[in-house]
Amino acid sequence: MAKRRVVITGLGIVSPVGSTIDKAWSNIKAGKSGISPIDVFDASEMPVKISGAVRDFEANEYVPPKDQKKMDTFVLYGLAAGIQALDDSGLEVTEENADRIGVAIGSGIGGLPYIERSYAAYLKGGARKISPFFVPSAIINMVAGNLSIMRNLRGPNISIVSACATATHNIGDAARMIAYGDADAMVAGGAEMATTPLGIGGFAAARALSTRNDDPERASRPWDQDRDGFVLSDGAGVMMLEEYEHAKARGANIYCEVAGFAWNADAHHMTQPSQDGAGAARCMLRALNDAGVNPEEVGYINAHGTSTPAGDVAETQGLKKAFGDHAYKLLVNSTKSMTGHLLGAAGGIEGVFTALALRDQVSPPTINLDQPGEGCDLDYVPNEAREMNTKVGLSNSFGFGGTNGTLVFRSL
Amino acid sequence: MSSIEERVKKIVVEQLGVKEEDVTNSAAFVDDLGADSLDTVELVMALEEEFETEIPDEQAEKITTVQQAIDYINEHMKD
Repeated sequence: MAKRRVVITGLGIVSPVGSTIDKAWSNIKAGKSGISPIDVFDASEMPVKISGAVRDFEANEYVPPKDQKKMDTFVLYGLAAGIQALDDSGLEVTEENADRIGVAIGSGIGGLPYIERSYAAYLKGGARKISPFFVPSAIINMVAGNLSIMRNLRGPNISIVSACATATHNIGDAARMIAYGDADAMVAGGAEMATTPLGIGGFAAARALSTRNDDPERASRPWDQDRDGFVLSDGAGVMMLEEYEHAKARGANIYCEVAGFAWNADAHHMTQPSQDGAGAARCMLRALNDAGVNPEEVGYINAHGTSTPAGDVAETQGLKKAFGDHAYKLLVNSTKSMTGHLLGAAGGIEGVFTALALRDQVSPPTINLDQPGEGCDLDYVPNEAREMNTKVGLSNSFGFGGTNGTLVFRSL
Repeated sequence: MSSIEERVKKIVVEQLGVKEEDVTNSAAFVDDLGADSLDTVELVMALEEEFETEIPDEQAEKITTVQQAIDYINEHMKD
């Protein structure tokens, strides 16, 4: 059986740099940071006082007010990005096609704000104070569940959870479902809102976060010698995937093809990448093989690039292992330098940015890259967006537990 | 200070996301105001919070209309 081809026909985003595709993409090309001091809770006693919060989100545009209290914030963000992607695709859901359209949207952490609130209520007033909406608000598959209910999407409905590789894995697996014939279209990506006392405190305790509290916009600085960890951020990135002939037959606008995908594990350490980048390299090579693309055809990499001391070096080594000398010709870009790290939503917004980079033939900049650190010697597109000429871009995502994911996007 | 009736109706409007004019005394939460079983559980929790009282489950199940809620609060409010 020949593989069915999968293309992207719709995009959606909620992010610290904007909650529409046009706004977020124009900020990303301009190198604007979305990082700011935390003001949704009192962070004065926290070791980390900065995050990438969503500042322009209107839940009422997407979900009726009476339903909003039944959904934790990550669900609202995911629904908004999913609705944007569906509407952008122009695909009309009917009784005839509803069984062929599904949802694959995950989250790394899920409803942490609601978990914290409910536990506080429980400590104060006992089990009677736990809302009946606590569980359906907080569990991770409720973006996918609620979107299917709102839009009558009766195809596959799943939420892969794999830390910071979540959205990439959901997009990759959704593409596989279309290729295999389980569905003709899938709304796929990730959503996250974990910048709470426990979320910030927990990642800070793991020594994963930047403590550049006095200079938020300069805190996320992938590959720079003064990088000191990532910045935790909120939002959602979702795309509409569709079988190629299906999209062509209805005259849909096609951004690009999801040409290949691979996932694997470092099998090395809970939170540290394998130092030589071997797991990442194997993942990229298998994704290229899946796409039938030679390494030399690749021009753009939307890197995982979180701004951690170990991760940035490991990914650089992995790129050299996978691409050999061609690694030095790649434009290796981290949009996390502007958005911070959206955990389970990261691969979603970065997939969106990769599709837009290919459409417009421009690599966004990696901001705050003043002096590359030791072992960081690729072309990271420092500080200024750059025109490019390539048909193929990769998006990498690596997560705690040593899980990896790589998507290959190709212009048609 | 609003009357008990006004306070109950305000909570029903907030919890169920319905219009004020629809919250008549005879309105039933499920049949008239579109609540599901989880909505009614949370509605009772909100009434408990507002009136600083505890409504046992077997009593809560009998509160299915706006008037029944008003009556229950009136009977059980400590002065």
